[in-house]
Amino acid sequence: MPPMIEVKGLTKYYGEHAAIHDLNFAIDQGEVIGFLGLNGAGKTTTLKVLGCVLLPTAGQVTVDGIDIARDPHEIRRRIGFLPDTPPLYSEMTVGRYLTFAAELRGVPGTEAGKAVAEAEEKTATREVHGELISSLSHGYRQRVGVAQALVHKPKLLILDEPTSGLDPVQIVEMRQTIHLLKGEHTILLSSHILSEISQTCDRLLVIQHGEIVAQGSEQDLASRLGGGGTIEVEVAGPSARAIEIARTVAGIGAGTVLRESDGVALVSLQGNPDLRPQVARALVQGGIDLLRIDRGAARLESIFLKLTAEAPQ
Amino acid sequence: MNATLLIARRELGAYLRSMTGYVIAAAVLIINGLLFNAFALGGPDKLSAEVLSLFFYFSSGTTIIASVFISMRLLAEERQTGTLVLLTSSPVHDWEIVLGKFLSAFAFLALITLATVYMPALIFVNGKISFGHLVAGYLGLLLLGSATLAIGTFGSALARTQVLAAIFSGCMVVALIVCWLLAKVTERPLQDVFVAMALHGKHFPPFQSGTVHLRDVVYYLMVTYVALFSATRVMEARRWR
Repeated sequence: MPPMIEVKGLTKYYGEHAAIHDLNFAIDQGEVIGFLGLNGAGKTTTLKVLGCVLLPTAGQVTVDGIDIARDPHEIRRRIGFLPDTPPLYSEMTVGRYLTFAAELRGVPGTEAGKAVAEAEEKTATREVHGELISSLSHGYRQRVGVAQALVHKPKLLILDEPTSGLDPVQIVEMRQTIHLLKGEHTILLSSHILSEISQTCDRLLVIQHGEIVAQGSEQDLASRLGGGGTIEVEVAGPSARAIEIARTVAGIGAGTVLRESDGVALVSLQGNPDLRPQVARALVQGGIDLLRIDRGAARLESIFLKLTAEAPQ
Repeated sequence: MNATLLIARRELGAYLRSMTGYVIAAAVLIINGLLFNAFALGGPDKLSAEVLSLFFYFSSGTTIIASVFISMRLLAEERQTGTLVLLTSSPVHDWEIVLGKFLSAFAFLALITLATVYMPALIFVNGKISFGHLVAGYLGLLLLGSATLAIGTFGSALARTQVLAAIFSGCMVVALIVCWLLAKVTERPLQDVFVAMALHGKHFPPFQSGTVHLRDVVYYLMVTYVALFSATRVMEARRWR
């Protein structure tokens, strides 16, 4: 089975400016990939090229084994694309709009009703079927945007910032929607909300200044960039004393106070999580009341900050 | 072709559901009615054919202006609101998008134009006009509208906003109209070129007086084709930018 997306040397110039330069990556069928990058890093341009909205300046892109330059028409049948601003006609009702989108992507008129009902079911937009898009809340608009992308049951879903501008409740709902779609489609999504990517995606692609600076699972990137990892300890007593004692253990580096209130401190220690027994023993022997000790969670934010800081300008 | 009709149907629905469509239609009908009453019916006594000819003359002006305003939104508005991506990421050719948009605008203009038929009907009831004159006049209006709408579609493909689209297409239409005036102050062979290009002065008067020349029909169809072809090329070029 060919990879769903295979990108080799993809470059896109806007005039003299290279928005993306020599991108290389592959995405397997059924994967959920998070596309990370700062504003202007080249995420949207890459997604637009993969969505066949823009044509590349150089390089080769194949989607489901089909070359984007040779048969973009056929590729467009196999993808569903949600741009950063959902392409919604505000004067239409949700039902009519989705029917239009389905027929535009080649769903026969006789089957469009069923396809629309399924898309509405998956995105929980059934209750606004007859409402004008102009009257919808931002959350519903975003979900209708997702519905138009999947109404023709594409193999590949490309979602550019699907949680942009949503409130926390809507973000949770959108996350549930994407979880539902997992397995049915290969999904490539970009987001600024790193926890969103962390909870939803199997693998990450990090882009900076138009170039891929890292790819892999969050755990892979954490072990590659996070040194020996971290240990989190919760202690009753002064955090400074706890850090001082913990650092007497060989292999434990700097300590950071994450939280301190009512005499209880949460401290993060640089060091291999396998050193937890030694740290616990040292703290107890040093007279510190140890309430909890755990492996420090690999934080996507710190991985992302390291990657974007290390990327060449 | 199915996609073209889908796009045309949706776009025509947008005209009929939007305030802008009704404002343009109302403005055209009011201005046409006032001009008809003031200049065609007013003044010294005229033959019915002269009244009908004047009606078509004034209607051609409102048709040109209405076409610029109807077409300015076609692609520029979609680009402004970000909805063009729905079409460009779908399995639809750029020419199908352009043709679908154009057909919807043409259908809307045809509806407005046909709504003016009560004025010739008044002449028909109170005077004597030939049916052929009526058909030729309306054919001329529709062909003129088709050419102007196609130029407007091209302007809308070029521009990022509707206002810019109206300015671009307005300039192109005025340039083609002014060709007729330039022809009067130039000598051959340049004069022949200007005459051949004149959007209104050379090619519309025969329709106005009830005569259909093949060369005029071909001219308007050619302008329509060239403008729509150019709009398609602009759409294709934007994918490379």
